[in-house]
Amino acid sequence: MSLRKLIVNKTMAALAVLFTVFSSANAFAQEAAAAATAKPVDMGPIHKSALFYVLLFLLLCLFIAIVGKALKVYELTRETQGKPEGINWNTVNAVLFALFLIVGLYGVYWEYTVHGNMILPEAASEHGKRIDEMFNLTLIITTIVFIVTHIVLFVFVYIYRSSDKRKAYYYPHNNTIEKIWTIVPALVLTLLVLKGFLTWRSIFYKAEDANNRPINIEVVSSQFLWDIRYPGPDAIVGKRNYKLTTAINGLGIDFNDKNSLDDLIADEIVLPVNKPVRFTLASKDVIHSFYMPHFRVQLNTVPGMVSYFEFTPTVTTEEMRTKTNDPKFNYILLCAKICGTNHFNMQKNVRVVSEAEYKEWLAAQTPYLTNDLRKAFNLPIPVEAAPAATEEAPAADTTATAAAVKLDVKNQLALKK
Amino acid sequence: MSTISLHDTHHDDHGHGHHHETFLTKYVFSQDHKMIAKQFLITGIIMAVIAMLLSILFRLQLAWPDKTFPLLETFLGKWAEGGRIRPDFFLALVTIHGTIMVFFVLTAGLSGTFSNLLIPLQVGARDMASPFMNMLSYWFFLVACIVMMSSFFVQTGPASGGWTIYPPLSAVPKAMPGSGLGMTLWLISMVIFVASSLIGSLNYVSTILNMRTKGMDLWKMPLTIWALFLTAILGILSFPVLVAGVVLLIFDRSFGTSFYLSDIVFGTEILPNEGGSPILWQHLFWFLGHPEVYIVIMPALGISSEIISVNSRKPIFGYHAMVYSLIGITVLSFIVWGHHMFVTGMNPLLGGVFMITTLIIAVPSAVKTFNYLATLWRGNIRFTPAMLFAIGLVSFFISGGLTGIFLGNASLDINLHDTYFVVAHFHLVMGSAAIFGMLAGVYHWFPKMFGRMMNPKLAYLHFWVTFICAYLVFFPLHFLGLDGVPRRYYAFTEFEFMNKWLTVNVFVTWSAIIAALAQVAFLFNFFYSIFRGKKATQNPWEANTLEWTTPVEHLHGNWPGEIPTVYRWPYDYSKPGADQDFILQTTPFSETMSSNLPHDFEGNEEAERIQREWEAANKPVQE
Repeated sequence: MSLRKLIVNKTMAALAVLFTVFSSANAFAQEAAAAATAKPVDMGPIHKSALFYVLLFLLLCLFIAIVGKALKVYELTRETQGKPEGINWNTVNAVLFALFLIVGLYGVYWEYTVHGNMILPEAASEHGKRIDEMFNLTLIITTIVFIVTHIVLFVFVYIYRSSDKRKAYYYPHNNTIEKIWTIVPALVLTLLVLKGFLTWRSIFYKAEDANNRPINIEVVSSQFLWDIRYPGPDAIVGKRNYKLTTAINGLGIDFNDKNSLDDLIADEIVLPVNKPVRFTLASKDVIHSFYMPHFRVQLNTVPGMVSYFEFTPTVTTEEMRTKTNDPKFNYILLCAKICGTNHFNMQKNVRVVSEAEYKEWLAAQTPYLTNDLRKAFNLPIPVEAAPAATEEAPAADTTATAAAVKLDVKNQLALKK
Repeated sequence: MSTISLHDTHHDDHGHGHHHETFLTKYVFSQDHKMIAKQFLITGIIMAVIAMLLSILFRLQLAWPDKTFPLLETFLGKWAEGGRIRPDFFLALVTIHGTIMVFFVLTAGLSGTFSNLLIPLQVGARDMASPFMNMLSYWFFLVACIVMMSSFFVQTGPASGGWTIYPPLSAVPKAMPGSGLGMTLWLISMVIFVASSLIGSLNYVSTILNMRTKGMDLWKMPLTIWALFLTAILGILSFPVLVAGVVLLIFDRSFGTSFYLSDIVFGTEILPNEGGSPILWQHLFWFLGHPEVYIVIMPALGISSEIISVNSRKPIFGYHAMVYSLIGITVLSFIVWGHHMFVTGMNPLLGGVFMITTLIIAVPSAVKTFNYLATLWRGNIRFTPAMLFAIGLVSFFISGGLTGIFLGNASLDINLHDTYFVVAHFHLVMGSAAIFGMLAGVYHWFPKMFGRMMNPKLAYLHFWVTFICAYLVFFPLHFLGLDGVPRRYYAFTEFEFMNKWLTVNVFVTWSAIIAALAQVAFLFNFFYSIFRGKKATQNPWEANTLEWTTPVEHLHGNWPGEIPTVYRWPYDYSKPGADQDFILQTTPFSETMSSNLPHDFEGNEEAERIQREWEAANKPVQE
């Protein structure tokens, strides 16, 4: 009897709570509605919908409470009738674990096949293929371990659920088994370590090939931009000195370094296919991360430190479009290290093209060195460039830079002597 | 030792040990380890709820980047102008969520609670070595929490450079709004927090080493104590390094030094700092940061070892191997920090070395997992709420641990670093697993803490919804990472290739919301049961360890009479020949002649002889 009373009390209490919440929130809503006259947004319906969800949740709580009470009543009646306890929660939980295993295994299969198909296409670079191989090997091993251990875990949990008829088996240790499951993981991990170590070395320790010198490209990050600098005909990107940064020389390029004179501005990264490229990475302000997932390339750009990443793209953008069956496909450069407010939108387009297209594109790029900068660095201003003959300007620049290159070669020779 | 004898006389004076305590000395400035444990736990729970709400806020933004939620503006004001969370506030949410969860919930809330509660009770001590320092440890922790939360009331907002606060982003106030006063508060809070953690850890270590009761040698300690002991050592050795790093960062920020700064230009403004290196911070930070993740997970592993053994009614399989693997993890965790820095531009040779040490640490972790499975084998498993969470922990530890093998591999890390794969990995292995360890501990030792039982049915509901939703939240995130989606992105709308993940984000957010609502079941159950739960019996789970020999009613000094003597290891469950399926640690072998085994005597020939004689004399009777 007291139980029934309790239920009634509880329900009454819950209703009272609901009522007070409703009424106070309603008052709140009215207040807000009054305030909303000044504001463009009408908060009335919003509060009502929020209130609706709160009530829905409270209703759910009430429902759970009622179910809980009903279960209790059921169990108590069983007890008074002298029958064994109504619901064997051990069995319920064991069965739920078994169900979880079955549904979970299907879920994992679904994830691997559905979401697994939405991931990056195969690597578009030489070293990326080795990384993918390493990845696949690790994936196979870990998936096997994942599935087997989970089956063992939940099957044991199901089979060995509590029972009065059985007693647990006193089995404190077995040195042989323990040795086996120390040594076997150690061996598997040795395999992974060795392969990983070799892959890692092959990425970062590159032998210099005199016939196939990489293209040097400099990328400087700043909030929230990537500045790209291609070398001119001398194939060398000139020095930077952050102290030289001015409004017209945002990167602080040191134009006293002859190698800088012919460096080219690019507003996208264009790479010739199957040619090694060597990125020189630097940062102006905070740490960013130079991340081109399709090539399996990532390295942080750190202020005060220059780092390098060398790789060879192997698939052109066009080929990738047909491969992925996506005519809009583009390679992308993004920032992977938290760098400030616009971290989420710090991108640069990347294109991989044929050698010929690359040459054509490169020829169309303009140099960093402008007349203003020439003045600033006390460099001679080409005569033709001064008048309005804008069309001839690029040509003039190239002659100037060609001269600079010759100078540079002389310097180097002098150094060698 | 003098403290102990003092307490003893004290108890004799007062009979039952009830002091004339005021509210202030009992509940606020308490020096009793059990009360301090409760203070740590409840503060930890409050911080966890705050961190969870923050995560729901940024999950809303990720799922519906184009929608407006005018209600958010009501609560958050200018940070959600027009009902949309601002990008800099989004980063603040992510940062503070991470900081609170890692430091305040899973370090202080987990280790602080259970070290304080269990160390004196399970080693058989009246209290901690230094109760006053213990109290200080809690109060420093609370102050650290308050300072951290106060940064939400600062005009420029809380710290928002990620929980790892890499300089220069964190060092230069103009780099982002959150690097202003909010970052200063973060740093102050962290110094106070480390002080709290150090005071606590020193206390734990000295208590375990000096105040074990008679017979409690190191190899008779429960695995919880081993785990908490090694965790405390890790904390003592690694947290000071963080303080060193933090102090240098404070100098860089406020006094114009250049420890972490060099060659920095904002727009055209050239900063005067020269000669420092941002990488130095990363080395200092991760020298703490990596042991920190073991500080988080080891207590959870210790707790689950104990719970799995008790509820399987079986000794933990390979007790020695469990201890050695904990020691192995402790030692190795100091030489793996570089795996967080594979792509910083650090010398590639170092990358190779750190990869080797990192993957070696998988071996002791694997041993622990297999030992858990072997403990379940042929057990007689009782699905108490604590047991459910411990099983959940094992599952998360496997799932999250295996993805660690990808990330520990330097060459794979190139493409996975700072993507959602990392987010998924650590949320499973140290987020969910450690939280489940903590919840398991709360359900298991609630009767010890409050003298009442929690409602098991609500706990089942809590477990199942949380367990399923945690997988629904974190499993799909791996695939975002494999698609090259970086973490800490405010919106996925700016990149063509990320659009396909928007629906997944909606799904993940809904799962997170349901998981969050399920915590209401826990919170209600917890606070309701403190006052109205069913009264607990002395040993509700029929466990062997010493804490269940103390009376249900708390008293200062734990045991009314003498401190019990320990005769055996804590895992004699279902021993053949014994009357019951558990034998308390305080039961001498002379009372359990029928179940004694030769190796129980550890080579004590006299005892073995007595046992042989007894067996010879009793054999016919038994047949």
